[in-house]
Amino acid sequence: MTDKINILVLVEMDQDKASDLSLEMLGCARQLADKDDESDVVAVVFGDDFGTLGEDLISFGADEVILLESTLCHPYQADTWLPDMAAMAKETKASLILMSHNSTGGDLAPRLAFKLKCGVATSCEKITIEGAKTFLTRTCYGGKAREVLSFDNEVAIATIRPKSQTPIARDIKRCGDVKTKPLSVNKNDVRVNVIERKRIESDGPKIENASVIVAGGGGLGGPEGFEIATELADVLGGAVGASRVACDQGWCPPGYQIGLSGKTVAPELYIAIGISGASHHMAGCANAKNIVAINNDADAPMFNFSRYGAIGDYEALLPALTKQIAKLKGQ
Amino acid sequence: MHIVVLVKQIFDPDVATTVFRIDEEACAIVPLPGVSPVISPFDEQAVEAAMRIKDAHGQKLESEKNDVKVTVVTMAEETARVAIKGELAKGADEGLLLADPLFENADAVLTANILATAIRKLGDVDLIIAGRQAADKDLGVVGLGVAQLLDIPAITYACDIEIDNKTISVERVLEDGTEKVQTQLPALVTISHELGKPRYAGLRETMRAARKPINTWNGSDLGINTEIAYGRQHIEKLFIPDNKVNCEIIQGDTPDDVAFQLATRLKEADLI
Ligand SMILES: Cc1cc2nc3c(=O)[nH]c(=O)nc-3n(C[C@H](O)[C@H](O)[C@H](O)COP(=O)(O)OP(=O)(O)OC[C@H]3O[C@@H](n4cnc5c(N)ncnc54)[C@H](O)[C@@H]3O)c2cc1C
Ligand SMILES: Nc1ncnc2c1ncn2[C@@H]1O[C@H](COP(=O)(O)O)[C@@H](O)[C@H]1O
Repeated sequence: MTDKINILVLVEMDQDKASDLSLEMLGCARQLADKDDESDVVAVVFGDDFGTLGEDLISFGADEVILLESTLCHPYQADTWLPDMAAMAKETKASLILMSHNSTGGDLAPRLAFKLKCGVATSCEKITIEGAKTFLTRTCYGGKAREVLSFDNEVAIATIRPKSQTPIARDIKRCGDVKTKPLSVNKNDVRVNVIERKRIESDGPKIENASVIVAGGGGLGGPEGFEIATELADVLGGAVGASRVACDQGWCPPGYQIGLSGKTVAPELYIAIGISGASHHMAGCANAKNIVAINNDADAPMFNFSRYGAIGDYEALLPALTKQIAKLKGQ
Repeated sequence: MHIVVLVKQIFDPDVATTVFRIDEEACAIVPLPGVSPVISPFDEQAVEAAMRIKDAHGQKLESEKNDVKVTVVTMAEETARVAIKGELAKGADEGLLLADPLFENADAVLTANILATAIRKLGDVDLIIAGRQAADKDLGVVGLGVAQLLDIPAITYACDIEIDNKTISVERVLEDGTEKVQTQLPALVTISHELGKPRYAGLRETMRAARKPINTWNGSDLGINTEIAYGRQHIEKLFIPDNKVNCEIIQGDTPDDVAFQLATRLKEADLI
């Protein structure tokens, strides 16, 4: 029992379910653990109302689920999650700890690494284990390069990029233990207080899950350009996204931003309009299955990533495209 | 109030993908002629965040203008002095360069230890501001590491900071909106790009900057033992991924024609 190598996965909730990225991480952990029958995948969740989550996580690849229960757990604060996360890492003798590459994992993983005195690699898209060594492939230089890291220490922490892993198919026959534990942290231990939360709701499909995304960039020239792009998105039943230039200009909300410092998406169809294709943007959309570029500069790097390209001014092309697609779709 | 801003000088992140080269053997990037290093953009915004606090507090009480002191700290080679000067020209008061051949190739753990030790030595620091990540390796570890080592609260991805006495209120950028959080100083905050554009250096400030002090501390000044690295990191490989695809450029005589051809192609490929 004592020499068992465990992989700890920090599961995050999206409403009352595990987030998509959490299921991806469980899939990644399961694959790694299956190479060695001594390894277990342990899922840790912080929350106060779990429903059937424990069993769900077992069916998606966990061998053991630890539910840390307290009303303090939401919204996330490092001070509330860190002590128990560190305790769980030690208790389960985890050699690899996976977290989401988002505002939670990005905030927690480095702190945990310093607390456990171990290495941490953020923005990982591939993990392999050879013997006792873990190799973590992560994006760097604004998405232009990848580096493979290893650490001397036995424990490594990784934050995992969305859409980089494949969840396993749900298997309700899988068995495992589900334990509920109280959180060890008290209200007085929490140094940072959340005063208010502003959620920005959008009417269309959520950009992270949309199968079609129409994204606009600096080339759209202003909020009016986004109105034209939104018409195309509506006809396609897709979401609207943007480059950082467009968000920084205030042409659309910051939550639209796709890229290194924005969201990571992998839709079936990504229509990039007036976006140059800088590495920082591609870091968030290079996994799209089919990219279509509309740009008036034939040398725009975006064409290098695209399956189809149209060269020209979006103001002329886009309304025409929306009309043609509506026609083909019989709308 | 004493604010320390942590800045790192890096290879220009805006260099186009087409000219970006790496030396796979050395696991390092190939410097490009004519491309000068820059302060990491998030760190420039960290300096801007400090200057905004200085402005806000300067306005409150004219006589207390110097109540806020901003020190720009970097761990780098001697040549980074120029970069510090650039930030002093934007209004920061002092520079501190942590330079020692021992610090070369320091990983995030060692870097955070060196910075934390320097901050402890400065002694009277109320607020530390860092970038959300250095735009070379895009790691996002050092700032939080410093806070963890100093055992102070840390708030990440800030786009707005307000200080009232010893209470700091920060607006944080999240995936689905923002949240406002509060804590007591001393604290560390990391800045996200939503903070907005950094100011330019004015002529007057640039001239004043020439007279502002930049101190240098080396390993022995800090009593740093570079063995303080746990889980020492190894870069096993550095490579440029190949994700070019063949693009079919849709031809047509008029925009309507191009749009028709493109829509048809998307339909044939079962994408719409
Ligand atoms: C550390 C760091 C992190 C970053 N993170 C992100 C990120 O997360 N996401 C992101 O997007 N960027 C990010 N960036 C910025 C990134 O490097 C680019 O600056 C940005 O993606 C450029 O956006 P753009 O292509 O929309 O705008 P521009 O560079 O302004 O390009 C506009 C494009 O539109 C075309 N165009 C102009 N007019 C028209 C027209 N009428 N019709 C059709 N086409 C037209 C032009 O030919 C050009 O290709 C980051 C940068 C740094 C340094
Ligand atoms: N060598 C350095 N000198 C000063 N500050 C640094 C250094 N390296 C990193 N930092 C700070 O830590 C932040 C995160 O860096 P990183 O963890 O490397 O992504 C940066 O934005 C800087 O504010």
